[in-house]
Amino acid sequence: MHAFAERFSTNGAAAELRRAKEILGEDDDVSDVMWGSSGGFGSLVNGVPKFAVPSVPDPTSFLRMHTDDHADPSCRIKIKHGTTTLAFRFKGGVIVAVDSRATAGSYVASGTVKKVIEINPYLLGTMAGGAADCQYWETYLGIQCRLHELRNRERISVAAASKYLSNLVYSYKGMGLSMGTMICGWDKTGPAIFYVDSDGTRLKGDLFSVGSGSTFAYGVLDQGYRWDLTDEEAQELGRRSIYAAGHRDAFSGNTINLYHVKEDGWKFIGNYDISEMHYNGPGGADGYGYDVRVQGRTSANPPPEAAAAQA
Amino acid sequence: MPDGSFSHPQQRQFNPYSDNGGTILAIAGADFTVIAGDTRQSEGYSIQTRYAPKVFRLTDRAVLAVNGFAADGNMFVKKVKQRLEWYRHAHAKDMPLRAIARLIQTMLYAQRFFPYYVYNILGGIEEDGSGAVYSFDPVGSYEREACRAAGAAQSLVQPFLDNQIYFKNQAAAPNQSHPAHLPLPDVLSIVIDSFTSATERHIEVGDGLEIYVVLAKGRSAQGLEGARGIQELSTKSDGDRVFVIRRELKKD
Repeated sequence: MHAFAERFSTNGAAAELRRAKEILGEDDDVSDVMWGSSGGFGSLVNGVPKFAVPSVPDPTSFLRMHTDDHADPSCRIKIKHGTTTLAFRFKGGVIVAVDSRATAGSYVASGTVKKVIEINPYLLGTMAGGAADCQYWETYLGIQCRLHELRNRERISVAAASKYLSNLVYSYKGMGLSMGTMICGWDKTGPAIFYVDSDGTRLKGDLFSVGSGSTFAYGVLDQGYRWDLTDEEAQELGRRSIYAAGHRDAFSGNTINLYHVKEDGWKFIGNYDISEMHYNGPGGADGYGYDVRVQGRTSANPPPEAAAAQA
Repeated sequence: MPDGSFSHPQQRQFNPYSDNGGTILAIAGADFTVIAGDTRQSEGYSIQTRYAPKVFRLTDRAVLAVNGFAADGNMFVKKVKQRLEWYRHAHAKDMPLRAIARLIQTMLYAQRFFPYYVYNILGGIEEDGSGAVYSFDPVGSYEREACRAAGAAQSLVQPFLDNQIYFKNQAAAPNQSHPAHLPLPDVLSIVIDSFTSATERHIEVGDGLEIYVVLAKGRSAQGLEGARGIQELSTKSDGDRVFVIRRELKKD
């Protein structure tokens, strides 16, 4: 009763504190923004996080002025960009393949980015666009998927998970989020892929590629794709498609990360250096790019018959 | 106009950011991590101060280097330290390194629509005793790496590190392989060379150098005992330990 009275009273310590908070404004980054324990004083997740916004008439154009490096290459805050990602469905599950390059303007900011986000043992998300947007919101999606499991005693479907993300980013539409992602997994309906982007688009499909190198990846992917690919053929197609994009798109490259989703969850297949793929290929026997162009056309790399005759 | 109005259209914009130059760098070893930064703070062509630290001890196993806009950086470090102190009061232990990394992500992303103009590099010792480096972009995307340079001379230093730490574009001697981790004295030499070279070729780098070294619990201070100007900062001698080495850089 005392506590109840104090909460609504207009004098006393609690009221003083309330007035002070009103005048100063809430301490912005110790609010709901932090998911976990706020240093042990808070608890769990209370709804959607809150964000600090500059007090100007148009916060969105403020953000664009300082961060959009396409419109203004000299802007200060460079958000990492550039990518090739792909995912496709086939009889053996889902193949997810991505490159690992992050660029800020024309500088290669990192060559070791993990663009496949492991949401949980059955769900993968891919990263294209703003690295932080994808990393943060797909981690957040992982929390919500776990809560769904605890509440409903069954795993969330890929459709529901992707719709959660799509509704979430749609609520921030026009605020400057940038993400193009594929939510891939296996649920009661079998293998599934949903494309979700920050405009609010959400598409179900068998085959997607996202990012600056997607056109190059599609070229290889479309000509090699069949539903009844074997597991090995499918993995090779994913790898070969990202290689093609890494080779022709300056904003993609470095290494390939390959994942395979099956009924019992996803499995990491491997990390492959794109230069290594060019010269030697995945098995170290046949390169994807070098010999097929050069074999027999230079004295340093003569056709097999000429080399045999010389010896 | 006499009434205080204008006859021409006026345009204003809110520009709360500035770039204060400088460079930071971190390298992880098998059981140690080195985190370093120069101490020059500049705006445009003028030097504001020759001693403004950019590298901060957070706990006995975590060190944070902050580069970009100094005002944002100092405020951000202050808030991270505050959160770590609350954690200490609530849990009676220091926050593990990977948890500090995730904390920094959420704190940076909370400012997604009004970002801190800061590039963070977090270095220290993981709970398994291995050396670790985490690098962040201004809005919180992060990644664990073996080495990373950020700031004004990033594009001068990072290629050198790629070559010397990752052995990029180097072929190993016949029947030999490149080492996965370098010993501490080699790493210290690489750090010092990186900064003397960056000072030569970049106008925003120089004045002083602060090198923080975090050693895993139980590791001897071998490789540090000869160092000039070394100081221990750790609160306990039986856990992970933090040292700082201060050096001069050219001041022109």
